[in-house]
Amino acid sequence: MTSLLKRISGHAGRIVLALVFALPLLFMLVSSLKTDDQIFGDLGSPRAFLPVGALSLDNYTAMFDRVPAARFLLNSVLISSITVVLGVIINSLAAFALSRMQWPGRRLVLTTVIATLIVPFETFALPLVWWVNQLPLLRVNGFHLEWTTGWMDTYQVQILPFAANAFSIFFFHQFFQSIPKELDEAAIMDGAGWFTIYRRIVMPLSGPAVATVAILTFLPAWNSYLWPLMVVQSEELRPVMVGISYFFQLNVGWGQIMAYSSMITVPILALFVAFQRSFVNSIASTGVKG
Amino acid sequence: MTTNTAAPERLRPVRRTRTNNARRRESLTALGMATPAVVLLIVFLVVPVALAFALAFTDARLISPTPARFVGLRNFTQLFEDPVFYKSLRNTVYFAVVVVPLQAGLALVLALLVNAKVRGVNFFRTVYFLPVVTSMVVVSLLWTFLYREDGLVNRVISTLTLGHVQGPDWLGDPATAMPAIILMSVWQGVGFHMIIWLAGLQTIPAELYEAAELDGATPWHRFRHVTWPGLRATRTFVLVTITIAAFSLFTQIRVMTQGGPLDSTTTVVFQAVRTGYDQQQTAYAAAISLVFFLLVLTVSLIQRFLTREKD
Repeated sequence: MTSLLKRISGHAGRIVLALVFALPLLFMLVSSLKTDDQIFGDLGSPRAFLPVGALSLDNYTAMFDRVPAARFLLNSVLISSITVVLGVIINSLAAFALSRMQWPGRRLVLTTVIATLIVPFETFALPLVWWVNQLPLLRVNGFHLEWTTGWMDTYQVQILPFAANAFSIFFFHQFFQSIPKELDEAAIMDGAGWFTIYRRIVMPLSGPAVATVAILTFLPAWNSYLWPLMVVQSEELRPVMVGISYFFQLNVGWGQIMAYSSMITVPILALFVAFQRSFVNSIASTGVKG
Repeated sequence: MTTNTAAPERLRPVRRTRTNNARRRESLTALGMATPAVVLLIVFLVVPVALAFALAFTDARLISPTPARFVGLRNFTQLFEDPVFYKSLRNTVYFAVVVVPLQAGLALVLALLVNAKVRGVNFFRTVYFLPVVTSMVVVSLLWTFLYREDGLVNRVISTLTLGHVQGPDWLGDPATAMPAIILMSVWQGVGFHMIIWLAGLQTIPAELYEAAELDGATPWHRFRHVTWPGLRATRTFVLVTITIAAFSLFTQIRVMTQGGPLDSTTTVVFQAVRTGYDQQQTAYAAAISLVFFLLVLTVSLIQRFLTREKD
């Protein structure tokens, strides 16, 4: 009896909490399909969370008309995917050298990389803004190239600072160490070079690590706000999160804001639900190893 | 040394050159593989961290025709006389002191709830995790709408109390603005730490629970003597990560309140961005960043020390 009661109360708790977490997001999705009048009219009743009334995609079309949303979306896709690809390659190469090869200075580099893990980005974001503004830049000016300085307002300033990542190196390092070293020795006997071992043996065995690093690079890249806010001014280089600030100046309706928010959230939520297991495992492994 | 050293000694030079060649090649290849990451980390992490220290003692501005000059401790004396800085510091600590236990505790409750072997438990894990995947910018915008005086939160309060309680203008009132941001931040981030607690819970051997049950331990005793000690390493990780994230509070403030009303939600990172970026005072912002860095470092060291000592 009591165990049945406990199980029911446990389930009731889980359901109530699920509502707390899901309803605000559901409200966002549902409101994106309603007119502003209906959004406010439905607020006092459960209708706020239900796709009822005169539903349309008008907010989406209006939003695309008023805001260069397609451009923002393209920028974010471009920036996030290049960061992920570069991140996987650069960090796995470094981790391979650190975990499987012998070279002077290996310990020092590894220790330094691990030490940088505790530095939050916020503590050096502003000096970094000043610093990237001093870096040399090759620009196309009409028909000739010219050297200038200042990386403000470029794609690379949104990508390169996040390509190398201490956590990714550390994570690949831990994973590579679990792959038997005898494989390397056998491959060297067969005349393989180190790069071949990396590409043909170690990386093909590291699918889960690659997935984890890819997810943990993609999410912050897609969701990043502070950095692009500071280094991107022109409209055509803005990623989706900074694109939102557009709405503050334009004084558009809430329905359109909800449409834009849904547009930049739903793809990520869909990805998450599809790859739920590897998502959760990648987050879980950050804590267990930490 | 021993009698038969002569033969190996004669062989050694030959072997050594071969291994030396292989060694050198291995070192060079390794260096080549590590270089891209190391160079990027130096340029975009080590140098800016060093710059945070150096620029704090200059008068550097983001865009300036004259090169930066050394000004000694001027930025720091200005900072310690700035009343907004003390408000930022106070608000940041307030946020962290409430969020850390609240989020860590709630995340543990969630983890225990979804660690049960019942049907549909995977569904609940997914739902609790949804806000984590949603960006803080979107979450902040959404909740700005929910927190309006005529918004959803107040409508729900009004319905639940049968119209007896009329909620405040959450973000417009200095007394409720920070609590409202705290509530929303916990809602967004708690799923992340639920997963980490869950991973910790799953490393505790089931035999320990079976043994405790045989001894007639109550659920509370089982939690107190099996679960809690089994989560020691996870606990440190959860506390340290939430604390650092809490100290870095920025996005919510920028989107929802701009530090207001009456500076009641200004935080250290928000103030640093406002002076360093909006007002282009790089050096002053570097000084704020430096103080912030020391704050985070001190707190996480104390935390590590305390969680270690308790065992």
